Amino acid sequence: MGVTVKIPTQLRSAAGGESETVLDGATVREVLDGLYARYDGLGERLADEDGSLRRFVNVYVSGEDIRFLDGLDTPVSDGAEVTILPAVAGG
Amino acid sequence: MAVTHLRCRECKAEYPLEALYVCDRCFGPLEVAYDHSALVKDADQLRRRIQAGPQNLWRYADFLPVLDGPPGPSGRLASRTGLPAGCTPLIKADRLAKQLGLREVWVKNDAANPTHSFKDRVVSVATARARELGFKTIACASTGNLANSVAAHGAALGLESYVFIPADLEEQKILATGVYGTNLVAVKGNYDDVNRLCTELSAERDWAFVNVNLRPYYAEGSKTLAYEIAEQLGFELPDRCVVPKASGSLFTKIAKGFEEWRDLGLVDGELPKMNGAQADGCSPIADAFAAGQEVCKPVKPDTIAKSLAIGNPADGPYAIEVARNSGGSIDSVSDDEIRAGIALLAQSTGIFTETAGGVTTATLAKLAARGDIDPDERVVLVITGEGLKTLDAVKGTFETHTIEPTVEQFETQVEQGTASGATALAALGV
Repeated sequence: MGVTVKIPTQLRSAAGGESETVLDGATVREVLDGLYARYDGLGERLADEDGSLRRFVNVYVSGEDIRFLDGLDTPVSDGAEVTILPAVAGG
Repeated sequence: MAVTHLRCRECKAEYPLEALYVCDRCFGPLEVAYDHSALVKDADQLRRRIQAGPQNLWRYADFLPVLDGPPGPSGRLASRTGLPAGCTPLIKADRLAKQLGLREVWVKNDAANPTHSFKDRVVSVATARARELGFKTIACASTGNLANSVAAHGAALGLESYVFIPADLEEQKILATGVYGTNLVAVKGNYDDVNRLCTELSAERDWAFVNVNLRPYYAEGSKTLAYEIAEQLGFELPDRCVVPKASGSLFTKIAKGFEEWRDLGLVDGELPKMNGAQADGCSPIADAFAAGQEVCKPVKPDTIAKSLAIGNPADGPYAIEVARNSGGSIDSVSDDEIRAGIALLAQSTGIFTETAGGVTTATLAKLAARGDIDPDERVVLVITGEGLKTLDAVKGTFETHTIEPTVEQFETQVEQGTASGATALAALGV
Protein backbone atom coordinates (compact mmCIF):
# COMPACT_ATOMS: atom_id res chain seq x y z
CA MET A 1 0.00 0.00 0.00
CA GLY A 2 2.82 2.43 0.85
CA VAL A 3 2.79 6.12 1.73
CA THR A 4 1.15 8.69 -0.56
CA VAL A 5 3.23 11.81 -1.14
CA LYS A 6 1.34 14.88 -2.37
CA ILE A 7 3.51 16.96 -4.68
CA PRO A 8 3.01 20.74 -4.81
CA THR A 9 2.35 22.40 -8.19
CA GLN A 10 5.76 24.05 -8.11
CA LEU A 11 7.44 20.62 -8.29
CA ARG A 12 5.12 18.78 -10.63
CA SER A 13 7.06 19.61 -13.77
CA ALA A 14 10.05 17.88 -12.21
CA ALA A 15 7.89 14.94 -11.14
CA GLY A 16 6.55 13.92 -14.54
CA GLY A 17 3.47 16.09 -14.04
CA GLU A 18 2.25 13.89 -11.18
CA SER A 19 0.33 15.47 -8.28
CA GLU A 20 0.99 12.49 -6.03
CA THR A 21 3.06 9.37 -5.90
CA VAL A 22 3.22 6.29 -3.66
CA LEU A 23 6.47 5.36 -1.93
CA ASP A 24 7.69 3.01 0.78
CA GLY A 25 9.41 4.09 3.96
CA ALA A 26 9.11 3.95 7.74
CA THR A 27 9.96 7.61 8.37
CA VAL A 28 9.45 10.91 6.55
CA ARG A 29 13.18 10.91 5.79
CA GLU A 30 13.00 7.49 4.11
CA VAL A 31 9.93 8.48 2.11
CA LEU A 32 11.52 11.74 0.94
CA ASP A 33 14.76 9.95 0.07
CA GLY A 34 12.67 7.62 -2.07
CA LEU A 35 11.02 10.64 -3.71
CA TYR A 36 14.38 12.25 -4.48
CA ALA A 37 15.61 8.95 -5.96
CA ARG A 38 12.51 8.59 -8.13
CA TYR A 39 12.60 12.11 -9.61
CA ASP A 40 15.85 13.73 -10.57
CA GLY A 41 16.36 17.24 -9.25
CA LEU A 42 13.68 17.21 -6.53
CA GLY A 43 16.18 16.62 -3.74
CA GLU A 44 18.20 19.74 -4.41
CA ARG A 45 15.05 21.86 -4.51
CA LEU A 46 13.60 20.64 -1.24
CA ALA A 47 16.64 19.90 0.88
CA ASP A 48 20.01 21.41 1.73
CA GLU A 49 23.22 19.51 1.13
CA ASP A 50 23.07 17.96 4.60
CA GLY A 51 19.62 16.56 3.88
CA SER A 52 17.65 18.94 6.11
CA LEU A 53 14.62 20.61 4.56
CA ARG A 54 15.04 24.08 3.12
CA ARG A 55 13.54 26.74 5.37
CA PHE A 56 10.68 27.58 3.02
CA VAL A 57 9.48 23.98 2.72
CA ASN A 58 6.75 22.61 5.00
CA VAL A 59 6.06 18.90 5.28
CA TYR A 60 2.92 17.48 6.89
CA VAL A 61 2.02 13.95 7.94
CA SER A 62 -1.75 13.49 7.87
CA GLY A 63 -2.18 17.26 8.20
CA GLU A 64 0.29 17.88 11.06
CA ASP A 65 3.48 19.87 10.49
CA ILE A 66 6.40 17.49 11.10
CA ARG A 67 8.12 20.16 13.22
CA PHE A 68 5.47 19.41 15.86
CA LEU A 69 6.29 15.70 15.52
CA ASP A 70 9.78 14.23 15.16
CA GLY A 71 10.83 16.19 12.09
CA LEU A 72 12.33 14.02 9.37
CA ASP A 73 12.40 11.11 11.84
CA THR A 74 8.60 11.22 12.20
CA PRO A 75 7.35 7.65 11.68
CA VAL A 76 4.87 7.05 8.88
CA SER A 77 2.59 4.07 8.70
CA ASP A 78 1.30 2.26 5.66
CA GLY A 79 -1.47 4.32 4.09
CA ALA A 80 -0.28 7.63 5.57
CA GLU A 81 -0.28 10.84 3.55
CA VAL A 82 2.79 13.09 3.37
CA THR A 83 2.11 16.58 1.99
CA ILE A 84 4.84 18.92 0.79
CA LEU A 85 3.89 22.60 0.59
CA PRO A 86 5.60 25.97 0.19
CA ALA A 87 5.91 27.82 3.51
CA VAL A 88 5.57 31.34 2.18
CA ALA A 89 1.79 31.60 2.15
CA GLY A 90 -0.50 33.50 4.47
CA GLY A 91 -0.44 36.39 6.85
CA MET B 1 4.45 51.65 -14.68
CA ALA B 2 7.66 50.91 -12.85
CA VAL B 3 6.86 47.30 -11.98
CA THR B 4 8.95 44.91 -14.07
CA HIS B 5 8.89 41.28 -12.87
CA LEU B 6 8.78 38.90 -9.92
CA ARG B 7 12.06 37.85 -8.32
CA CYS B 8 12.93 35.15 -5.82
CA ARG B 9 14.06 36.75 -2.60
CA GLU B 10 16.48 33.86 -2.00
CA CYS B 11 18.07 32.82 -5.31
CA LYS B 12 17.09 35.90 -7.39
CA ALA B 13 15.50 33.81 -10.17
CA GLU B 14 13.11 35.95 -12.24
CA TYR B 15 9.48 35.24 -13.12
CA PRO B 16 6.76 37.03 -15.12
CA LEU B 17 4.13 39.17 -13.33
CA GLU B 18 1.60 36.34 -12.97
CA ALA B 19 -0.21 34.64 -10.09
CA LEU B 20 2.98 33.09 -8.75
CA TYR B 21 4.37 33.25 -5.23
CA VAL B 22 7.01 30.55 -4.83
CA CYS B 23 10.31 30.02 -6.61
CA ASP B 24 10.21 26.72 -8.51
CA ARG B 25 13.91 26.23 -7.90
CA CYS B 26 14.44 26.90 -4.20
CA PHE B 27 10.91 27.40 -2.76
CA GLY B 28 11.84 30.94 -1.70
CA PRO B 29 9.20 33.69 -1.74
CA LEU B 30 8.74 35.79 -4.88
CA GLU B 31 8.80 39.57 -4.58
CA VAL B 32 7.83 42.30 -6.97
CA ALA B 33 10.73 44.08 -8.67
CA TYR B 34 10.60 47.62 -10.05
CA ASP B 35 12.58 49.91 -12.26
CA HIS B 36 12.25 53.37 -10.72
CA SER B 37 14.91 54.97 -12.89
CA ALA B 38 12.29 57.16 -14.61
CA LEU B 39 11.24 58.57 -11.23
CA VAL B 40 14.58 59.49 -9.70
CA LYS B 41 15.30 62.61 -11.71
CA ASP B 42 13.47 65.20 -9.64
CA ALA B 43 12.35 64.43 -6.08
CA ASP B 44 10.37 67.69 -5.78
CA GLN B 45 8.39 66.87 -8.88
CA LEU B 46 7.75 63.36 -7.60
CA ARG B 47 6.49 64.73 -4.26
CA ARG B 48 4.09 67.05 -6.11
CA ARG B 49 2.91 64.16 -8.26
CA ILE B 50 2.11 62.15 -5.12
CA GLN B 51 0.36 65.07 -3.44
CA ALA B 52 -1.80 65.66 -6.50
CA GLY B 53 -2.99 62.05 -6.44
CA PRO B 54 -6.26 60.64 -5.11
CA GLN B 55 -7.05 60.68 -1.39
CA ASN B 56 -6.30 56.98 -0.98
CA LEU B 57 -3.42 54.56 -1.50
CA TRP B 58 -3.54 54.96 -5.28
CA ARG B 59 -1.65 58.21 -4.84
CA TYR B 60 1.31 55.80 -4.48
CA ALA B 61 0.53 53.85 -7.67
CA ASP B 62 4.06 54.51 -8.96
CA PHE B 63 5.36 52.20 -6.23
CA LEU B 64 2.68 49.50 -6.46
CA PRO B 65 2.50 46.36 -8.61
CA VAL B 66 -0.32 47.25 -10.96
CA LEU B 67 0.46 47.46 -14.67
CA ASP B 68 -2.38 49.67 -15.83
CA GLY B 69 -2.07 52.26 -13.10
CA PRO B 70 -4.80 52.99 -10.60
CA PRO B 71 -8.04 51.17 -11.38
CA GLY B 72 -10.59 53.31 -13.18
CA PRO B 73 -10.27 55.74 -16.10
CA SER B 74 -8.03 58.10 -14.17
CA GLY B 75 -6.18 58.28 -10.89
CA ARG B 76 -8.79 60.56 -9.43
CA LEU B 77 -11.63 58.19 -10.28
CA ALA B 78 -9.82 55.43 -8.45
CA SER B 79 -11.12 56.91 -5.24
CA ARG B 80 -14.58 55.90 -6.42
CA THR B 81 -13.78 52.38 -7.65
CA GLY B 82 -14.14 49.43 -5.30
CA LEU B 83 -13.02 50.06 -1.73
CA PRO B 84 -9.75 51.95 -1.98
CA ALA B 85 -7.91 52.03 1.33
CA GLY B 86 -5.44 54.39 2.87
CA CYS B 87 -5.02 58.03 3.84
CA THR B 88 -5.79 57.16 7.44
CA PRO B 89 -5.08 59.64 10.24
CA LEU B 90 -1.66 60.09 11.82
CA ILE B 91 -2.39 61.50 15.27
CA LYS B 92 0.12 63.26 17.52
CA ALA B 93 -0.43 61.45 20.79
CA ASP B 94 1.00 63.90 23.32
CA ARG B 95 -0.87 62.49 26.31
CA LEU B 96 0.29 58.97 25.56
CA ALA B 97 3.85 60.21 25.06
CA LYS B 98 3.80 62.05 28.37
CA GLN B 99 2.54 59.03 30.26
CA LEU B 100 5.33 56.93 28.80
CA GLY B 101 8.02 59.56 29.41
CA LEU B 102 8.62 60.08 25.69
CA ARG B 103 8.83 63.32 23.73
CA GLU B 104 7.01 62.53 20.54
CA VAL B 105 4.63 59.66 19.81
CA TRP B 106 2.38 59.47 16.77
CA VAL B 107 -0.42 56.97 16.28
CA LYS B 108 -1.07 55.77 12.75
CA ASN B 109 -4.70 54.75 13.06
CA ASP B 110 -5.29 52.22 10.32
CA ALA B 111 -8.59 51.17 11.85
CA ALA B 112 -9.88 54.10 9.76
CA ASN B 113 -9.96 52.00 6.61
CA PRO B 114 -13.13 50.82 4.80
CA THR B 115 -13.38 47.55 6.77
CA HIS B 116 -11.51 48.93 9.77
CA SER B 117 -8.07 47.37 9.45
CA PHE B 118 -4.84 47.73 7.47
CA LYS B 119 -5.85 44.66 5.47
CA ASP B 120 -7.81 46.91 3.10
CA ARG B 121 -4.46 48.17 1.82
CA VAL B 122 -3.16 44.77 0.82
CA VAL B 123 -6.54 43.64 -0.52
CA SER B 124 -6.98 46.82 -2.59
CA VAL B 125 -3.66 46.12 -4.29
CA ALA B 126 -4.15 42.34 -4.61
CA THR B 127 -7.65 42.67 -6.08
CA ALA B 128 -6.49 45.33 -8.54
CA ARG B 129 -3.82 42.94 -9.78
CA ALA B 130 -6.24 39.99 -9.70
CA ARG B 131 -8.60 41.88 -12.02
CA GLU B 132 -5.74 42.75 -14.36
CA LEU B 133 -4.90 39.04 -14.48
CA GLY B 134 -8.52 38.21 -15.30
CA PHE B 135 -9.56 36.42 -12.10
CA LYS B 136 -13.28 36.27 -11.35
CA THR B 137 -13.00 34.89 -7.81
CA ILE B 138 -10.95 36.15 -4.87
CA ALA B 139 -10.19 34.14 -1.73
CA CYS B 140 -8.07 34.17 1.41
CA ALA B 141 -6.94 32.39 4.56
CA SER B 142 -7.66 34.81 7.36
CA THR B 143 -7.38 35.45 11.08
CA GLY B 144 -10.36 37.82 10.76
CA ASN B 145 -9.45 41.24 9.44
CA LEU B 146 -8.49 39.92 6.04
CA ALA B 147 -11.77 38.00 5.94
CA ASN B 148 -13.72 41.26 6.40
CA SER B 149 -11.70 42.96 3.71
CA VAL B 150 -11.80 40.23 1.05
CA ALA B 151 -15.55 39.75 1.50
CA ALA B 152 -16.16 43.50 1.23
CA HIS B 153 -13.86 43.99 -1.78
CA GLY B 154 -15.59 41.09 -3.51
CA ALA B 155 -18.93 42.76 -2.96
CA ALA B 156 -17.65 46.17 -4.05
CA LEU B 157 -16.10 44.89 -7.26
CA GLY B 158 -18.65 42.21 -8.15
CA LEU B 159 -16.19 39.36 -7.70
CA GLU B 160 -17.16 36.07 -6.13
CA SER B 161 -15.27 35.42 -2.91
CA TYR B 162 -14.33 32.52 -0.66
CA VAL B 163 -13.13 33.32 2.83
CA PHE B 164 -11.51 30.67 5.03
CA ILE B 165 -11.22 31.34 8.77
CA PRO B 166 -10.48 29.33 11.92
CA ALA B 167 -13.83 28.24 13.38
CA ASP B 168 -13.09 29.80 16.80
CA LEU B 169 -12.73 33.38 15.55
CA GLU B 170 -14.29 36.33 17.42
CA GLU B 171 -18.02 36.63 16.70
CA GLN B 172 -17.67 40.26 15.56
CA LYS B 173 -15.16 39.27 12.88
CA ILE B 174 -17.37 36.45 11.62
CA LEU B 175 -20.45 38.71 11.48
CA ALA B 176 -18.52 41.50 9.75
CA THR B 177 -17.49 39.03 7.07
CA GLY B 178 -20.70 37.11 6.38
CA VAL B 179 -22.72 40.28 5.94
CA TYR B 180 -21.01 40.97 2.61
CA GLY B 181 -22.45 37.83 1.05
CA THR B 182 -19.21 35.88 0.73
CA ASN B 183 -18.79 32.10 0.81
CA LEU B 184 -17.66 31.89 4.42
CA VAL B 185 -15.82 28.69 5.38
CA ALA B 186 -15.08 28.10 9.07
CA VAL B 187 -12.32 25.50 9.32
CA LYS B 188 -12.03 23.30 12.40
CA GLY B 189 -8.44 24.11 13.22
CA ASN B 190 -6.12 27.04 13.86
CA TYR B 191 -4.96 29.62 11.34
CA ASP B 192 -2.01 27.49 10.26
CA ASP B 193 -4.42 24.68 9.37
CA VAL B 194 -6.52 27.15 7.38
CA ASN B 195 -3.42 28.41 5.63
CA ARG B 196 -2.30 24.90 4.72
CA LEU B 197 -5.73 24.12 3.28
CA CYS B 198 -5.72 27.31 1.21
CA THR B 199 -2.21 26.60 -0.05
CA GLU B 200 -3.45 23.20 -1.24
CA LEU B 201 -6.64 24.66 -2.73
CA SER B 202 -4.79 27.42 -4.56
CA ALA B 203 -3.18 24.74 -6.70
CA GLU B 204 -6.53 23.21 -7.57
CA ARG B 205 -8.77 26.25 -8.14
CA ASP B 206 -8.43 29.10 -10.61
CA TRP B 207 -8.93 31.69 -7.88
CA ALA B 208 -6.91 34.64 -6.69
CA PHE B 209 -6.03 33.71 -3.12
CA VAL B 210 -4.86 37.17 -2.13
CA ASN B 211 -2.36 35.95 0.47
CA VAL B 212 -1.27 32.79 -1.33
CA ASN B 213 -0.85 32.92 -5.11
CA LEU B 214 -1.28 36.73 -5.20
CA ARG B 215 0.90 37.24 -2.15
CA PRO B 216 3.76 39.12 -3.86
CA TYR B 217 1.30 41.82 -4.99
CA TYR B 218 -0.75 41.74 -1.79
CA ALA B 219 2.26 42.24 0.45
CA GLU B 220 3.32 45.35 -1.46
CA GLY B 221 0.15 47.09 -0.27
CA SER B 222 1.63 47.29 3.22
CA LYS B 223 4.37 49.62 1.95
CA THR B 224 1.74 52.34 1.65
CA LEU B 225 1.66 52.58 5.45
CA ALA B 226 5.29 53.70 5.35
CA TYR B 227 4.68 56.11 2.49
CA GLU B 228 1.74 57.68 4.30
CA ILE B 229 3.60 58.03 7.58
CA ALA B 230 6.49 59.73 5.79
CA GLU B 231 4.22 61.98 3.74
CA GLN B 232 2.12 62.93 6.77
CA LEU B 233 5.29 63.85 8.67
CA GLY B 234 6.10 66.28 5.83
CA PHE B 235 8.27 63.85 3.85
CA GLU B 236 10.36 62.97 6.87
CA LEU B 237 11.23 59.64 8.40
CA PRO B 238 10.28 58.78 11.99
CA ASP B 239 13.05 57.53 14.27
CA ARG B 240 11.21 54.39 15.27
CA CYS B 241 8.11 52.37 14.37
CA VAL B 242 6.36 49.86 16.61
CA VAL B 243 4.42 47.38 14.50
CA PRO B 244 2.41 44.23 15.31
CA LYS B 245 3.60 40.97 13.84
CA ALA B 246 1.74 37.89 12.70
CA SER B 247 3.42 36.56 9.53
CA GLY B 248 5.98 39.38 9.66
CA SER B 249 4.94 40.66 6.24
CA LEU B 250 3.54 44.05 7.33
CA PHE B 251 6.67 44.72 9.40
CA THR B 252 9.12 43.96 6.59
CA LYS B 253 7.10 45.86 3.99
CA ILE B 254 6.86 49.01 6.13
CA ALA B 255 10.65 48.91 6.38
CA LYS B 256 10.88 48.38 2.62
CA GLY B 257 8.59 51.36 1.97
CA PHE B 258 10.82 53.71 3.95
CA GLU B 259 13.91 52.33 2.25
CA GLU B 260 12.45 52.77 -1.26
CA TRP B 261 11.58 56.40 -0.62
CA ARG B 262 15.00 57.11 0.81
CA ASP B 263 16.62 55.52 -2.24
CA LEU B 264 14.47 57.73 -4.47
CA GLY B 265 15.45 60.86 -2.54
CA LEU B 266 11.90 61.53 -1.32
CA VAL B 267 13.08 61.39 2.31
CA ASP B 268 16.49 61.75 3.94
CA GLY B 269 18.24 60.47 6.99
CA GLU B 270 18.49 57.22 8.87
CA LEU B 271 15.92 54.50 8.38
CA PRO B 272 13.65 54.04 11.40
CA LYS B 273 14.41 51.47 14.04
CA MET B 274 11.80 48.74 13.63
CA ASN B 275 10.22 47.19 16.72
CA GLY B 276 7.99 44.17 16.26
CA ALA B 277 5.21 43.25 18.66
CA GLN B 278 3.82 39.78 19.35
CA ALA B 279 1.68 38.16 22.03
CA ASP B 280 3.33 35.79 24.52
CA GLY B 281 0.83 33.15 23.44
CA CYS B 282 2.10 33.27 19.88
CA SER B 283 5.63 34.63 19.73
CA PRO B 284 7.64 32.49 17.30
CA ILE B 285 9.39 35.52 15.79
CA ALA B 286 10.13 37.21 19.13
CA ASP B 287 11.46 33.91 20.49
CA ALA B 288 13.78 33.37 17.52
CA PHE B 289 14.97 36.98 17.80
CA ALA B 290 15.72 36.56 21.51
CA ALA B 291 17.57 33.29 20.87
CA GLY B 292 19.66 34.82 18.10
CA GLN B 293 18.24 32.41 15.55
CA GLU B 294 17.27 33.10 11.96
CA VAL B 295 14.55 30.50 11.58
CA CYS B 296 11.33 30.49 13.61
CA LYS B 297 10.19 27.36 15.35
CA PRO B 298 6.44 27.06 14.76
CA VAL B 299 4.10 27.22 17.77
CA LYS B 300 0.46 26.40 18.53
CA PRO B 301 -1.07 29.82 19.28
CA ASP B 302 -2.92 30.52 22.52
CA THR B 303 -3.66 34.22 22.91
CA ILE B 304 -6.55 36.69 22.89
CA ALA B 305 -4.76 38.47 20.02
CA LYS B 306 -6.29 36.17 17.42
CA SER B 307 -5.50 38.46 14.51
CA LEU B 308 -1.82 37.87 15.29
CA ALA B 309 -2.17 34.13 15.97
CA ILE B 310 0.01 32.74 13.21
CA GLY B 311 2.19 30.00 14.65
CA ASN B 312 4.14 29.44 11.45
CA PRO B 313 5.10 32.92 10.21
CA ALA B 314 6.01 33.00 6.51
CA ASP B 315 8.19 36.11 6.75
CA GLY B 316 9.70 35.35 10.14
CA PRO B 317 13.33 35.19 8.97
CA TYR B 318 13.04 38.47 7.07
CA ALA B 319 11.32 40.19 9.99
CA ILE B 320 14.18 39.17 12.27
CA GLU B 321 16.66 40.54 9.73
CA VAL B 322 14.81 43.88 9.57
CA ALA B 323 14.68 44.21 13.36
CA ARG B 324 18.39 43.44 13.73
CA ASN B 325 19.61 45.59 10.84
CA SER B 326 17.53 48.59 11.88
CA GLY B 327 18.62 48.49 15.53
CA GLY B 328 15.15 47.53 16.71
CA SER B 329 13.86 44.43 18.46
CA ILE B 330 10.97 42.00 18.60
CA ASP B 331 9.14 41.71 21.90
CA SER B 332 6.09 39.94 23.22
CA VAL B 333 3.50 40.80 25.86
CA SER B 334 1.00 38.85 27.95
CA ASP B 335 -2.77 38.79 27.48
CA ASP B 336 -3.17 40.99 30.59
CA GLU B 337 -0.68 43.45 29.13
CA ILE B 338 -2.66 43.39 25.86
CA ARG B 339 -5.84 44.39 27.71
CA ALA B 340 -3.91 47.11 29.53
CA GLY B 341 -2.48 48.28 26.20
CA ILE B 342 -5.97 48.62 24.74
CA ALA B 343 -7.03 50.64 27.79
CA LEU B 344 -3.92 52.83 27.72
CA LEU B 345 -4.41 53.76 24.07
CA ALA B 346 -8.13 54.34 24.50
CA GLN B 347 -7.70 56.49 27.63
CA SER B 348 -4.80 58.57 26.34
CA THR B 349 -5.78 59.05 22.68
CA GLY B 350 -9.47 58.26 22.28
CA ILE B 351 -8.58 55.46 19.86
CA PHE B 352 -10.18 52.10 20.58
CA THR B 353 -8.11 49.34 19.06
CA GLU B 354 -8.51 45.60 18.81
CA THR B 355 -6.26 43.12 20.59
CA ALA B 356 -3.46 43.50 18.02
CA GLY B 357 -3.30 47.21 18.86
CA GLY B 358 -3.17 46.27 22.52
CA VAL B 359 -0.12 44.15 21.72
CA THR B 360 1.52 47.07 19.92
CA THR B 361 0.71 49.66 22.58
CA ALA B 362 1.85 47.37 25.40
CA THR B 363 5.07 46.72 23.52
CA LEU B 364 5.68 50.46 23.15
CA ALA B 365 5.15 50.85 26.91
CA LYS B 366 7.56 47.99 27.53
CA LEU B 367 10.25 49.54 25.33
CA ALA B 368 9.78 52.90 27.07
CA ALA B 369 9.96 51.35 30.55
CA ARG B 370 13.08 49.40 29.56
CA GLY B 371 14.79 52.59 28.44
CA ASP B 372 15.19 51.39 24.85
CA ILE B 373 13.74 54.60 23.45
CA ASP B 374 15.77 57.80 23.52
CA PRO B 375 13.49 60.52 24.93
CA ASP B 376 14.15 62.68 21.89
CA GLU B 377 12.96 60.11 19.40
CA ARG B 378 9.96 60.54 17.15
CA VAL B 379 8.08 57.26 17.51
CA VAL B 380 5.19 55.97 15.39
CA LEU B 381 2.82 53.40 16.84
CA VAL B 382 1.10 51.47 14.05
CA ILE B 383 -2.47 50.58 15.03
CA THR B 384 -3.81 48.07 12.54
CA GLY B 385 -7.39 47.33 13.64
CA GLU B 386 -10.59 48.40 15.33
CA GLY B 387 -11.63 47.72 18.92
CA LEU B 388 -15.24 47.00 18.02
CA LYS B 389 -14.07 43.77 16.38
CA THR B 390 -12.74 42.23 19.62
CA LEU B 391 -15.17 43.46 22.24
CA ASP B 392 -14.71 40.45 24.51
CA ALA B 393 -11.20 41.66 25.30
CA VAL B 394 -12.53 44.68 27.19
CA LYS B 395 -15.44 43.02 28.97
CA GLY B 396 -15.07 43.37 32.72
CA THR B 397 -12.14 45.78 32.47
CA PHE B 398 -14.05 48.79 33.79
CA GLU B 399 -16.83 49.65 36.18
CA THR B 400 -20.32 50.78 35.19
CA HIS B 401 -22.28 52.74 37.80
CA THR B 402 -25.85 51.50 37.72
CA ILE B 403 -28.20 53.77 39.66
CA GLU B 404 -31.85 54.70 40.16
CA PRO B 405 -32.74 57.93 38.32
CA THR B 406 -32.25 60.15 41.39
CA VAL B 407 -29.74 62.88 42.25
CA GLU B 408 -29.17 61.25 45.62
CA GLN B 409 -28.14 57.97 44.03
CA PHE B 410 -25.86 59.78 41.59
CA GLU B 411 -24.12 61.59 44.42
CA THR B 412 -23.67 58.57 46.68
CA GLN B 413 -23.04 55.87 44.10
CA VAL B 414 -21.05 57.77 41.48
CA GLU B 415 -19.48 60.93 42.88
CA GLN B 416 -18.54 59.44 46.23
CA GLY B 417 -17.83 56.00 44.81
CA THR B 418 -14.30 54.84 44.05
CA ALA B 419 -12.83 56.22 40.86
CA SER B 420 -11.92 53.59 38.32
CA GLY B 421 -9.39 53.81 35.53
CA ALA B 422 -5.70 54.79 35.66
CA THR B 423 -4.82 51.14 36.16
CA ALA B 424 -3.59 50.58 32.61
CA LEU B 425 -0.16 52.09 33.19
CA ALA B 426 0.36 50.17 36.42
CA ALA B 427 -0.45 46.90 34.67
CA LEU B 428 2.20 47.73 32.09
CA GLY B 429 4.86 48.44 34.69
CA VAL B 430 5.09 52.12 33.75
